[in-house]
Formats: sequence, structure tokens, C-alpha cells
Amino acid sequence: MSYLEYHAKSMPSGFRKILYLNWGLLLLLVTVACVGFLMLYSVAGGSFTPWVEPQVKRFALGLVLLFVVAMVPIWFWRNVSVLAYLGSLALLVAVELFGSVGMGAQRWIDLGFMRLQPSEVTKISLVMLLAAYYDWLPPEKTSRPLWVMLPVALILLPVALVLKQPDLGTSILLMAAGGGVMFLAGVHWAYFVAVIASGVGLVSAVFQSRGTDWQLLKDYQFRRIDTFLDPSQDPLGAGYHITQSKIALGSGGWSGRGFMQGTQSRLNFLPEKHTDFIFTTLAEEFGFIGGVTLLFIYMLIILFCIASAIATKDRFSSLVIMGIGLNFFLFFAVNMSMVMGLAPVVGVPLPMVSYGGSAMLVLLGAFGIVQSAHIHRPRHSTR
Amino acid sequence: MKRSSKDLDATHGKMTRRALFLGGLQLAFAGGLAARMRFLQVDQADEFRLLAEENRINIRLLPPARGEIFDRNGQIIAQNSPSYRITLVPEDAGDVEAVIAKLSNLLPLDPEDLERARAEMRRSPPFLPITLADRIGWEDISKVAVNAPALPGVTPEVGLTRVYPQQEDFAHVVGYVGPVSDYDLSKMDDPEPVLMIPRFQIGKVGFEAKREDMLRGKAGAKRVEVNATGRVMRELDRREGISGADMQLTVDAALQNYVQARLGRESAAAVVIDCEEGDIRAICSSPSFDPNLFVRGISVADYRMLTEDNYRPLSNKTVQGTYPPGSTFKMITALAALEEGVVGPEETVWCPGHLTVAGRRFHCWKRAGHGHVDLNNSLKRSCDVYYYDIAIKTGIDKISAMANKFGLGVKHDLPMSAVAQGITPTKEWKLRSYGKDWLIGDTANASIGQGFMLASPLQLAVMTARIATGRSVTPRLLKSIDGVEQPSGAGEPLDVAENNLRTVRKGMYSVSNDRRGTGYRSRIIGDGIRMAGKSGTSQVRNITAAERAAGVIRNEDLPWERRDHALYVCYAPYDNPKYAVAVVVEHGGGGSKAAAPIARDVLLQALYDGTPPLEAYPKADRSRIKAQQERLERERVKRPLGSRSSKA
Repeated sequence: MSYLEYHAKSMPSGFRKILYLNWGLLLLLVTVACVGFLMLYSVAGGSFTPWVEPQVKRFALGLVLLFVVAMVPIWFWRNVSVLAYLGSLALLVAVELFGSVGMGAQRWIDLGFMRLQPSEVTKISLVMLLAAYYDWLPPEKTSRPLWVMLPVALILLPVALVLKQPDLGTSILLMAAGGGVMFLAGVHWAYFVAVIASGVGLVSAVFQSRGTDWQLLKDYQFRRIDTFLDPSQDPLGAGYHITQSKIALGSGGWSGRGFMQGTQSRLNFLPEKHTDFIFTTLAEEFGFIGGVTLLFIYMLIILFCIASAIATKDRFSSLVIMGIGLNFFLFFAVNMSMVMGLAPVVGVPLPMVSYGGSAMLVLLGAFGIVQSAHIHRPRHSTR
Repeated sequence: MKRSSKDLDATHGKMTRRALFLGGLQLAFAGGLAARMRFLQVDQADEFRLLAEENRINIRLLPPARGEIFDRNGQIIAQNSPSYRITLVPEDAGDVEAVIAKLSNLLPLDPEDLERARAEMRRSPPFLPITLADRIGWEDISKVAVNAPALPGVTPEVGLTRVYPQQEDFAHVVGYVGPVSDYDLSKMDDPEPVLMIPRFQIGKVGFEAKREDMLRGKAGAKRVEVNATGRVMRELDRREGISGADMQLTVDAALQNYVQARLGRESAAAVVIDCEEGDIRAICSSPSFDPNLFVRGISVADYRMLTEDNYRPLSNKTVQGTYPPGSTFKMITALAALEEGVVGPEETVWCPGHLTVAGRRFHCWKRAGHGHVDLNNSLKRSCDVYYYDIAIKTGIDKISAMANKFGLGVKHDLPMSAVAQGITPTKEWKLRSYGKDWLIGDTANASIGQGFMLASPLQLAVMTARIATGRSVTPRLLKSIDGVEQPSGAGEPLDVAENNLRTVRKGMYSVSNDRRGTGYRSRIIGDGIRMAGKSGTSQVRNITAAERAAGVIRNEDLPWERRDHALYVCYAPYDNPKYAVAVVVEHGGGGSKAAAPIARDVLLQALYDGTPPLEAYPKADRSRIKAQQERLERERVKRPLGSRSSKA
């Protein structure tokens, strides 16, 4: 659909746009952010510093960003998606050249007031580009090999750059999100079966390569996989994170040890307790009930996205909402799997809860696009 | 590009289906996560709760206070004193070296200690205190306390350490404690956890080691919450330990102090024992050492001084040292012969100065001989030939059996280190030990306490007490444990005829009180306190026939280590025995000259429970004794009751 096809008159304008916001989705996001503030307050030992205060400020900034993005008509975002994609590719290259080194990988650019992780931006811009691509592509061409190879190339370009940082976790997430959008757009089943089959082949190849001179992963990545597979083999070394995380979760029990009573986090047994492992503190202090509640809220956000995507007749809107929802899902699913010992420790934060600026800002900006699509959805049938 | 609405509906329918499918997948995954959460948090909750508790709770042992040791009058011998040390928490200090530099302006810091502290700092987390200086005097502690604001991270701390206020006097009796070593641990099958406490002290030698089990006490414990780096966050609960038992010794610290001073710098040993009860009133080995040196960790130089000393200050000569008893053994030979009936008290033996036994000539110490000698004379003048004669008639096995009856060749059960058994040879013993048959000459040698015969000063004191009372008195060192009196050493009457014992005692009385007795010069004046004794001079070398022909070299002309040992055993009062004393002066020369005066002085000191009046001494000696008393009074270290004198 082009701009002309929108019934401009049926679009809300000015302050009336605020009424058409997806208020339920917004409320859920605010709720999750508040859970985050509560947990950051707890892991700081009952203090607003050093984490809650900056987090609240960033969340406020993020909300402003969300509103601004939401007010801009969705077709504008569709039209700039190619630019966004190219821009994030440029950032990925820049981070390779001038990026700061942290935790053994080059990942961010220091902007002074915050550290920008280009890979975070890329997750969103890739989804936007693919949505725009399938909006432009006639549906009957969707499953033609040539028209399938093009988006695959568009996905693999940033994946290669992220992998070079090296950030295996984010590159897998990128592929999953991109693949998800292609699946939604209607690409034929057979392609996915083929990709999954070759993916399994690749994984076994990676394991085969270990110790040879064409080794495909860094040693620390192999070690992470090892300790994921058997954390007890090195309980004080690399397996420490997973073991302590599971102890924290398990000791929470049914209803938890009470707010600010979690010994594992309060006594620093938990690693990265304010960032990647914040879910363990929540599960320790609020137990199974608390953990499942947060999971439920997350799933509600996903369901709101799916409902919004189905409700709109605009192809770009649907794909971008679903793609962003999928991204969000991958965030918390991977993080939770990681802290529960179901996935290797790959350094993915818990969205909206973990301390950290760039991921939260990018996510709120992305939900701004979701809101924009929701506000500017076609109100009347084009028939 | 215009699309038909039908097209749009078709693609939209397909997307809706796929969106719902993907949503379903996501829901399923979320369900999986919830199930995993349930598994960890509900099914395995107890297990993980336990692991979390193990993580956070640490058990710290609290060292128990060691039992203290007192003398029979309650004077402190071994106590626990607060010891001050200076610790530094590197984290709080900031610039550690600057703080150390400031500190060393206030008090002298041992560079060796500092080096150790720096090494420790590199190893341990920065919030753990490091000891910079141990056993600091109160003055230095005050200086540090006053300057505390300028010394961040520096804290004066107080702990308990063992102190021996009696210093040298009880080094050999009580021994000393020291930090647990790897060697100590290697000797134990299942070492108590309390031994792993850094700087925990255990008994190393002597009474401290022998009664370690009761002195140590039981460790208490506290449960503390720690964080991941081991820093203690708070104490959860605490169970105090049980202090070790307090021990009271039979020793009289004042007498012990006198005896130690009286032995002076001689290489000597003296034992004072209660004739009835067996209480050891004093048991001194000279030279001694300051056990506090060992508790602190003795310096290499000090240790070398102790080990390279010819007089062996580290060896406890009273129970570890065994000496040929020489003529002090003659009472045993006499009793064996009397009991066997091979000689009567009035029977005489002709002493021409030697006796030929199996072709070998055995000499009397007096070359000219003693002429006709009866038992009383034989003891009084210490005639050797008399004993060669009666011993050969009695037989070695009978003599040895008699010696055992009187506590020689028997290991007395005292809580001291390396208590020696000594040797009372028998025919069977020689065959077993040397693979050779007993020779009659061996009997002659043994009869005068030479040859194979070996006894410790303790055994000689016990022997004397048993002769004095006719009862099998056993020595007792431990008087009471936590106020509970221990069994006394009073014994049953020995199976020896009383008139034979009386005969021997009379002989000993003559030694000390007859003008011709060998111990006459060291007698006690005064009715009711007269002593009975016996001198002994035991050779540590063989006198060859050639030397004997040329004239035996006088002791004064020999190097110290080849001179004779001087011995004296005695008891008093003669008619109502109270204390028995045995004195051995290593390489001291003649027993009557070197050992008897010491024994007499010690005995008098014990009888009077303090400095005896000069009237108790022979007139001729009084001025000399007065000078000696004054000198000893000056030299004796004053150690007031419960003193905390032993400052680092």
C-alpha cells in the first residue's frame, strides 16, 4: 500500500492520536519496567542508587521516544526502513573500527551519555527492512528462489558483522528474527525445513571443528557451551554462573524468600545480578509465582502484538509488529532459558528489566513503531 | 501498484495463519519455561534451598581457653594472657606502604614480619585483617591507639596466648605450647578442626603435651553469614567453647625456684619428693631455658645457643637423663643381701683396697683399703669391696629385683616428656641386649651402681623415699584437675623386713652424721631434723691398669665431660621422714663434695618451707652459708602470685 491508499481522512490526527494508542500494550510495558525498578532497588540492597535512578531516567527518555515515534505515521517508517538498515550497517562497521572493547568483544560505541550497541538497532532495522521488502514484493513472487535469496542476503550481511564482534548470541537472534519475518510473509515451508536441517548440520560441523585449525568458534564460546552442558564440571570457574543462578532460582521455592531477602543476590553469589541475571533475583525473592507472573506479562505483550498485527490490514504494519514482537520474545525467552540452565550463557539481557540503557531505548523506540502502526492502521476496508 | 482486494485478503489470511502459528510456538515455548521454573522452584526447591544456605553460612570455630596450670599453693605456672597484636585491613588503609611507614615511626616493626605480612596481603582478599606485629607491649598499643586517626585500617587486637610467668623454673616440667605444625597434624589420625585455627597453640613438650587432651578444652563455634567473596556480613549465632581443665601440680613453685637457683649454672638435676605421699615438691634440671621463647617462636640464634650448649639446657635431666647411680645404689645391694641372708648386719668383710673376681682385679675407691668393714661402715665410708663380696654372694637377679622394688628400672608414670626407664641389668637382659652371657665381674660392677646400671634422678629420689618409709611410694606430679584431687602416691608397705631397712637407714644416718661418714661435712644440725644420706661418684670412663699404677688422675685435671658424675641421695628428718632428695651433678666430681651440699641445702629449704635458720648448719660453715643465702636471695627471680610479668 502506498500513502495514497490510506484514507487520510479516517486517520486520527493531532492529540486524537493519543486516544488511539494501544493503551493495553503501553500499560504492560510500563508494568514490566516497574518490575525492573523494583528488582534493581532490591539488588542494590534497598537503594535507588546506583541502578534505579538512571534506569528510571532512561525509561522516561524511552517513553518520550516511543510517543514521538508513535505520532509519526507508519508509512514514514516504511519509507525510511532502507535508510535505517543502511545506517545500522554503517554503525556495525563503525563499531568494528572505533568501538570500545568490553567482555572480550567489541560491541558498543560510546556516545557520551550512553553506550550505543549497533547490534540492538540492527535487530529492529532488519525487521523494518524485511517488512518493507515483503510489502513491496508481489505476493506471488514470495517463494521464488531469487526473491528468497535477496532477503537471506539482507539478513546475513549484518549477521556476519555481528558475528565478527564476536557476538554469537545476537547473531543467532538476528537470524531468528529475520527468518521469523520471512516465515510470516509466507515464504514456502520447504525453505525453512531446509535451513533448519542445514543449521543442524552446521552445529555438528562447529563441534567437529573444535581443536582443529579451522575452528569455527572462539575457545571461550566452546567453554560456555561445555559448561552449559555440564555446569557441575567447573562449579567455581565458568560453570559458576549457571550453578549459582539455578541455586538462586531453586531456593526461591513456591512463593520466594521475600522482597530483599534473597541471600544469593544480596550476598553477591549471583553474577551480573543487575543485568543478565536479574531474573534469578526476582525468582529467588518472589518464587515460582513471581517468575510465572512476569512470564505471563511478557506473553501478554506478545499476544497484544499478535492481535494488533492481525487486526491491521496493512502488510508492512503486520509484519513489523510481528517482527518486533518476535524480537521481544527472543529477548526474554533466551534470557530466561539461560538463567534456568536451558541455554548457554550468551549475554542477552531481560528486556525492560535488566539494567542497561541502549537495549531499553531501542526496544521502546521499536514499540513506538508498533504503536504508530496501531494508530495509523486503515480504519475502513479498502473495498 | 494496485492489488485486488481478493489478493489482499488471501495474503492477509495466510499471514494471519502464520502469525497464529508463530504465536502458538511462542506460547508453547513460554509453557516450557514455566514448566522448567516449576521443576526448579517447586520440585527441587528443598535441594536448592539447602545449597543456598551452604553458600551463605560459614561455621567459624572459637578457640577454647586453655586450662591453666598452678603450683600446689595456687601460684600460677602457665596462664593465658591477653596478647596484643596490630592488624591492618588493606582495603581500609588505602596506601598500605604509607601506613606501614607511619606505623614504624611509632614502634619497631620486624622486617621479617612485614615481609610475611606483605606476602599474606597479596594472597588474601583486601578486607581480611593482616597481622603486622604480634605480642606488642601495652605501651606500643597505646601509642597506636592514640594515633589511630592517622593510621587508617590499623587496629590493635587482643587475643589469648600462653605465658609462663615462672620462666626457667618450670620449663622442663610444664614444657611449652606452640602453634600447630604440619608435623603435629601428620602424627594425628583425625585432627580436631580446632587445630586448623591459625595460630592455635598446642602443647609441644612436657606436661603441656602430655595432658593436651584435658588442657585444650572444646572449641565453640559461631555461624556467620558470608558473601560470595567470604566477607562476614553478620553473626547468626554463637556457642562458646568449653575451657580446658585447670591443673594443679604437686610442685611448690617457691621451692622449685630455690632449687633452680641453687643448681646455678651446673649441669645438674635435683628432685624433692614427699616420702609419704609421693608428691614431687621440686623437680629441677639445670641449666634451663625460658619456655616463653618457644611460645613466641624462638629465633635461630637463641635456638642455636640452646642446642650448642654442652650442658644441654633443652634436656630434662631429672626424668630423661639416666646415670650410673654409683654408690647411691649400695643400699639396694645391701638390702638384697640382707633379705637373702647372705650377710648379717654385724658381719665384716676384709677390704684390702681391691678384690679379685674371676681373675680380674676390682678396686675400692680407697687404694689403701678400709680394713674390716661391717654394713654400717660400708655405707658410711662407701667401701666398694664389701659390696663386690656380698653382691657376688647374692646374685645379680636378686639385686635387680630389689632395685625394681625400689623404683629403679621402672618407668614411673609421670605426665612429662620422655620419662626414662633406666636399666637394672639381669642375666636374661644381658643375653637379650648384647647376646652375651652374664659375667661375675658384671655383678661386681652393678653392686656399686656402675657397669650397666642406669637410673634417673627421679628414680633415685623415689628409691630414697621408699627406703625412708618402707612403702612403695609412687611419684605424683598432678595434684588436682579442676579442683578434683588426684589419687595420692602413698603406697603399700614393701615386702622387705623392717629391721633390714632400719639397718640400711642407720648406715645412711652414719654417712651424714658420723664424723667419718662421706657426707658428714654436709650434715644438718638440730634434733628432729637430722638427715640420712648416701653419696655417689660414678665414673664415666674406664680407669686403665696403667693409669691406676701411675696414680688415678684427679677429676680437676680431666676435661669436664670426662669427670665423674657427682650424686647424693638423702632424706630427713631421719626418725620421721618427710622429704627425700636426689641430686645429680653431671661431671661434678665427688658426690660428697659436689652434690651433698646442694642436697642438704635443698632438703633444709623444703623442711623449713623457706630459708632455714643458720643454726641448722654446722658451725664452721655458717658464715659461708650466710653469704650463699644472701647471694641466692639476690639471684632468685621474684615472681609474685598471678603475675603477668612476661611482657613480650
